[in-house]
Amino acid sequence: MNAPLPEVIKQHLIDPEICIRCNTCEETCPVDAITHDSRNYVVDADKCNLCMACVPPCPTGSIDNWRTMLRVEAYSTEAQLTWDELPSEKALGVAVGDATAEAVPLAAEAASAAEAPQAAASAGADLVPGSQMPPWSAAHPYVNLYGHRNPVTATVAGNYRVTELGTDSDTHHLVLDFGVTPFPVLEGQSLGILPPGTDAHGRAHHARQYSIANPRDGERPGYNNVSLTVKRVLVDHEGRPVRGVASNYLCDLKKGDTVQVIGPFGSSFLMPNHAGSNLLMICTGTGSAPMRAMTERRRRRRAAGEGEGGRLMLFFGARTQQELPYFGPLTKLPDDFIDIEFAFSRVPGQPRRYVQDAMRERAGDVASLLQDEATHVYVCGLKGMETGVLEALRDVAATHGIDWAGLHARMKAEGRLHFETY
Amino acid sequence: MSGIDYAEKIPNNVNLSEDKTLQRALEHWQPNYIDWWKDMGPDGSQDFDVYLRTAISVDPQGWAQFGHVKMPDYRWGIFLNPREADRKVGFGEHKGEAAWQDVPGEHRANLRRIIVTQGDTEPASVEQQRHLGLTAPSQYDLRNLFQVNVEEGRHLWAMVYLLHKHFGRDGREEAEALLERRSGDQDNPRILGAFNEKTPDWLAFYMFTYFTDRDGKFQLCALAESGFDPLARTTKFMLTEEAHHMFVGESGISRVIQRTCEVMNRIKSDDPAKVRAEGVVDLQTLQRYLNFHFSVTIDLFGADESSNAAIFYNSGLKGRFEETKRDDDHQLHGRHYTVLGVKEGKLVEREVPMLNALNEVLRDDYIRDSIGGVNRWNKVIEKAGIPFRLQAPHKAFNRKIGTLSGVKVSPDGRVVSEAEFAQHEKAWLPSAEDRAFVASLMGRVVEPGKFANWIAPPVMGVNRQPVDFEYIRFN
Repeated sequence: MNAPLPEVIKQHLIDPEICIRCNTCEETCPVDAITHDSRNYVVDADKCNLCMACVPPCPTGSIDNWRTMLRVEAYSTEAQLTWDELPSEKALGVAVGDATAEAVPLAAEAASAAEAPQAAASAGADLVPGSQMPPWSAAHPYVNLYGHRNPVTATVAGNYRVTELGTDSDTHHLVLDFGVTPFPVLEGQSLGILPPGTDAHGRAHHARQYSIANPRDGERPGYNNVSLTVKRVLVDHEGRPVRGVASNYLCDLKKGDTVQVIGPFGSSFLMPNHAGSNLLMICTGTGSAPMRAMTERRRRRRAAGEGEGGRLMLFFGARTQQELPYFGPLTKLPDDFIDIEFAFSRVPGQPRRYVQDAMRERAGDVASLLQDEATHVYVCGLKGMETGVLEALRDVAATHGIDWAGLHARMKAEGRLHFETY
Repeated sequence: MSGIDYAEKIPNNVNLSEDKTLQRALEHWQPNYIDWWKDMGPDGSQDFDVYLRTAISVDPQGWAQFGHVKMPDYRWGIFLNPREADRKVGFGEHKGEAAWQDVPGEHRANLRRIIVTQGDTEPASVEQQRHLGLTAPSQYDLRNLFQVNVEEGRHLWAMVYLLHKHFGRDGREEAEALLERRSGDQDNPRILGAFNEKTPDWLAFYMFTYFTDRDGKFQLCALAESGFDPLARTTKFMLTEEAHHMFVGESGISRVIQRTCEVMNRIKSDDPAKVRAEGVVDLQTLQRYLNFHFSVTIDLFGADESSNAAIFYNSGLKGRFEETKRDDDHQLHGRHYTVLGVKEGKLVEREVPMLNALNEVLRDDYIRDSIGGVNRWNKVIEKAGIPFRLQAPHKAFNRKIGTLSGVKVSPDGRVVSEAEFAQHEKAWLPSAEDRAFVASLMGRVVEPGKFANWIAPPVMGVNRQPVDFEYIRFN
């Protein structure tokens, strides 16, 4: 049971039997995930962010097809280009913990359903860890106001390093100002940055997505600006040296420089706004951006005497304290406002401690939050943390007599469990 | 911003209320348009509630809003795609200059001509299709016809806006004339030949929306590259609507084929007479309709060598299909292109300056795109296990415009004598008997979920609605 869960995605596909190759979807896609050859139109699962912008404009309905897949087995664009018809939903290829038993009937159900999107969404529900719905009291988000054909120009209003010098992590807090151009955002939403220049093939760089780190009323209250948390990428996931195109571009920006921005994106990873609603936030590194936004939203409301009340608990992981963005400001927040637990995994002379370890140590408080119907859970950080956090939640539940399977399903259905990982 | 103001008389996202003169001019034109619609729009449809798609903004969420509306109350409006910051002219001698927000004086006459020619096709096709509602094969198809019609009407609005906004008095006169010409009228016909042909039956309608609306797509794509920015922005939004029209054509023919193949397999015969006796369209007749619509449509691209095309390109008014995605100098001086000519009774290839051959370049792009759909139709036949294949005719077949108009060519590309062409004409093009047979199949079927015998139901309904949804309330 302790083997990590393989990552499951909802893969977006286009039905080649129904598609008429009108190019509307490719024109519409804000992140250039759709391409074509002389035979088929296809969606790149690595780029598609499920924003659904392409779905309403499609004249045929061919665009609206979804398959629950293991990410490692997702259909490549090369494979899709050879198709004459869509493959039917198949049982997932490897054991997926408890979900395996459900995979077969689920596949049959999805394949027979004419209304593929809803069917696939509900069928895949048990394999996708988090909610597809926002909390009931979320504010209504604006999405896709700007795409890569009509990006908005933002001006850099500030660019500050938020990790200590002398560490490997160079993380920046970047403030972008939109002037008089509307760019309304909510905590938990993200935006896309279009880096200038072209890639090795001479094509414009595709957009890079960043979570917004400020509350809805602006980084500076009452101003039309947003902030981002950007870590300079100098090595890839395997530790090989690589210079991240967008992150280096952003970290090197000077005040007054301009940036091409698209978005906003995201309509489910949103915070609750009703009185008494609790936030249980779990993040690592730059995954702190949306947590900063939500926390700051609640802090400003409280300072104005209009707070929602409710408990805030934050588990925040980094390699060391020096590499943890916003460490200073966070420690200054009052204890009766937020309960913060840091976890550092690379402190010399100390055992590695991850957020899931911290959660198990604080099992009593986590369990009490889980037992409260007003609790909303947010997880943001590297992809790998999803499994660990889910297991920690499951273990905490088990030791406190909570039926995790039931609670997990309920929290997903009620928009109370959200993952944003990359 | 992209919101469209429905409180105004004319929905628009171009801040019409800030230009009172223009607003009044368009409000004056609007009742004439409605009169034209009542006169020449879909026959007998004025009271129906039709499940239509209406744009409420040009962003992905907003432009496909579905609901039942009466067609004369459809909110025709003026919608332009958002302006791209710092857009430049992408081709021709002005390449690299800032795109024009107003008409440059020296290109005024040419631009007006381009816009009027495009605008004229929009009401023309509504006129051509106005009686089809009486013989619809299903509610689903009837709804699609009406959707095509209201969007052609909106495309007329798009062009009339440009005429009124940018061409002063001449523009207003041209806008009136667009409502006065009539498809097929002896004295005051529509500008282009194919738009004076009849669309007498639903097979012709599907062929028209597949082939002729695809010409529209290619013309719009070429105009979407224009250095005249308002034209580029309006045609971009029109393209998203045009895609629906080609869907109606491609899926319509595909469903006819599917139904025919089902019947052929049931009666185990490929004899056209026996197939017809079952009340479905034989594949040979389909091939002849295809030959006709393909050849008539490729004439729409104009003469194979054209100094006008060169001028339009060179002056940055009309680009090539996917101009900005092409990897060349976008000026084309010194480049050549192969066109067909006739020498000693044979088709020969000739190299001509590419700038003069831009009609042919666009025509060849169109042909490639069209053939893709023909191959997809063949997959339906192949899946049914029937050894017949549809084929696009040779591009020299049945041409009435350009060098090739002077020569008779068979569908497979052989130059033939007048006598031989006449002898085979019934096998190559739809005859009066073919049309009479197809007409005999046309009968109105409008019960929800029911389909005429000669066509298969679609695989899915409109906007995730079921196929047997009540797409039209007849009241």
